[in-house]
Amino acid sequence: MKRYLRPTILIGAGLVGLWVLVALFAPWLAPFDPLKSLSPLALPGTPAPGGGVFWLGADLLGRDILSRMIYGARPVVALSTLATLTAYAVGVTAGLLAGYFSGWIDTALSFLANVILSFPVLVLYIVVIVALGPSPINVVIAVTFASAPAVFRIVRTIAADLKQRDFIAAAVTQGESTWRILFIEILPNATGPLTVDFCLRLGYTTIIIGALGFLGLGLPPPAPDWGGMVNEGRALAFAFPHLVIFPCLAISSLVLGLSLLADGLNEARDGQGRGS
Amino acid sequence: MLSFLSRRLGGMALTMFAVSLLVFLVLEVNIDDVAAKVLGQFSTADQRHAWLLQNGYFDPLPLRYARWLWGFVTGHWGVSTYYHADVRDLIAPRLLATGLLMISTLAVMIPIALTLGVLAGMRQGSKLDRGVSILAIVTTSVPEFASAVFLSAIFVFWLGWLPGVSTLAGGVTLNELALPVAVLTLSSAGYIARMTRASMVEVMGSPYVRTALLKGASLSRIIFGHALRNALGAPVTVIMLQIPWLLSGVIVVEVFFAYPGFGTLLYQASINSDIYLIEACAMIGVVAVVVSQLLSDVINTWLNPRLSLALTKAAPPAGASAG
Repeated sequence: MKRYLRPTILIGAGLVGLWVLVALFAPWLAPFDPLKSLSPLALPGTPAPGGGVFWLGADLLGRDILSRMIYGARPVVALSTLATLTAYAVGVTAGLLAGYFSGWIDTALSFLANVILSFPVLVLYIVVIVALGPSPINVVIAVTFASAPAVFRIVRTIAADLKQRDFIAAAVTQGESTWRILFIEILPNATGPLTVDFCLRLGYTTIIIGALGFLGLGLPPPAPDWGGMVNEGRALAFAFPHLVIFPCLAISSLVLGLSLLADGLNEARDGQGRGS
Repeated sequence: MLSFLSRRLGGMALTMFAVSLLVFLVLEVNIDDVAAKVLGQFSTADQRHAWLLQNGYFDPLPLRYARWLWGFVTGHWGVSTYYHADVRDLIAPRLLATGLLMISTLAVMIPIALTLGVLAGMRQGSKLDRGVSILAIVTTSVPEFASAVFLSAIFVFWLGWLPGVSTLAGGVTLNELALPVAVLTLSSAGYIARMTRASMVEVMGSPYVRTALLKGASLSRIIFGHALRNALGAPVTVIMLQIPWLLSGVIVVEVFFAYPGFGTLLYQASINSDIYLIEACAMIGVVAVVVSQLLSDVINTWLNPRLSLALTKAAPPAGASAG
C-alpha cells in the first residue's frame, strides 16, 4: 500500500478528485446561472449587477465564466468516462477473443483494428461526427470507435501470452466455459497494464473531446463545455484573454492529473515487479 | 529487403482499400443525407430526388462504391460544394502549407526532444532526469488548443512580439510560423523525449557500457562512442509513428491560428458538410499515416538488419500503438 503513496499519485488523484467533486456539486458551487446573460465581457473581479462578483469575468453574452467553467466540468468528466468505458468494453472483449482463439477471428479483428488506427485520430472523429451529427451520444460513439482498437491490441497481446500457461489448460480440462476463462481467468491478469492505460486514455479522450468542442463539433451550444467555451471566445481572445484562459487551465489541470496518476501507478507497478 | 518491401506495399494497398470502403460506408450509404449535404438543407425533396437520379445514386451499392473508388484512384475527387472548385485544386496548395508546418516542427522538435531524452537517460534518477520527466508529463497533458491560448496570451497579448494569426498573407515569415511550431513542439516533444530517455536508460544499463565504464573510458566517450548509436534506434521509429498524432494536432493548431493548410480546409469542410472535400481529406490523411508507418519499418530494418528476416516471415508489424 505504501508504494502507492508517492507524490505523483497523490497530486494526480487530488487534481482528478477535485474536478469530479466540482462536476458532482456544480449547482451548489456555481455562483451564477451558467446560461443567464448578465453583463457582456465583464473583466475578472467586476461586481455583478444583481450582487456578487464575476471572479473570472463574463463572456461575450454576459454569462459568468466561473459558473460556466464549473458546469462545464460535467459533460467533460461524464462523457470522457463513459466513452472510455465503452471503448474498453469493446476493446477488451475483442482483444480477449482474438488473443485466446487466434486463427481467423484474430486475423479479422487485428486487420480491422489496423485499418481504424490508420486514420489520424482527429480526422476519424471528424468523419464520424459529420456522418452522425454533433451530440453527446455521437461523441461517445466516435470515441469508442477510435480508441477501442488500441485497447484491443494491449488485451490481445496479454491474452495470447496467457493462454499458453498451465492454469488456463487446467481451467479448460475442468470444463470451465469459454466466457469464464476469458473474463475470470485471463482478464484479471491484465488489470495492471490496463489501469495505467485507462488513466492515460481518459486523458486522451478528455483532450479529444475538448478539441472537438474547440472545433465546434462537440456538444451543441448553449450548454457549457470547456472546449466549446474556447471556441466561442476565440474571436475575441486577443483583446480579452480571460474568455479563453480559464477553461484551458481547467482542461489542462484535469488531463495533467490523469497523466500524473498514470505515471505514478506505472512506477508503483514497476517497483512491485522488482520485489521492492 | 525487396520481398519485405513488396509484402509491406501489398499490406498497405489492402489497408487503403479497407479504409476507402469504411469512408464510403460512413459518408455515402445514407443517400438522402448526401443529397441534403450537396444541395443544402433548403432544397426540396423533388430536387434531391432528381439530383440523386442524375448522379446514379440509385444504382446498387457495390457498383456505386466501384465507381467512387475508381474516381478516387484516377484523381477525380469531385467538386467542393462550398468552394465550388475542384477538390484536387483546393487541396494541393493546402498540403504544401501543412508540409511546411510539419517539417518546421520536426526540425525544431527532434533536436530538443532527443537532447533532453539523452541527458535525462544518462543518469537514471538524477535531478535532471526527474525534471525532464515532469516537464514531459506537463507539456503532453496540455491540449494543443490550450497551449495555443497560453502562448498567445504571453507573446501576442502581453508582450506583443508575435502576430496572433498566421494566414501567410504576405508570404511565409518566421514570425507567423513561430507560434504554430512552438505549440506543436510543446505537445509532441515530451513523448519522444520520454521514449529516448527509456531507450538511453536501457543502453546505459547494458553489459557493454558497464565494461567500458570499468575499463575507465570517459563518460563522453561512452555516450558518443557506444551508447548514442544504439539508443537512437527506438526514437527514430517513434518519431515516424508520431506523425498521425502530429497531424491531429496540426488540425487544431491551423484552425486556431487561421493557418491556410490542410487542417483548416478539413475544418471548413466539416463545418459546411462539404462531403467530397471531407472524403478526399480523410483519404489523404490515411495515406500520410500509412506511408509514415512504411517509412518507419524501412528505417527500422535498415538500422537493425536482424529484423528484415523476421519481418518477411511474420505478419506485417503493428503500427502506431498510441491511439
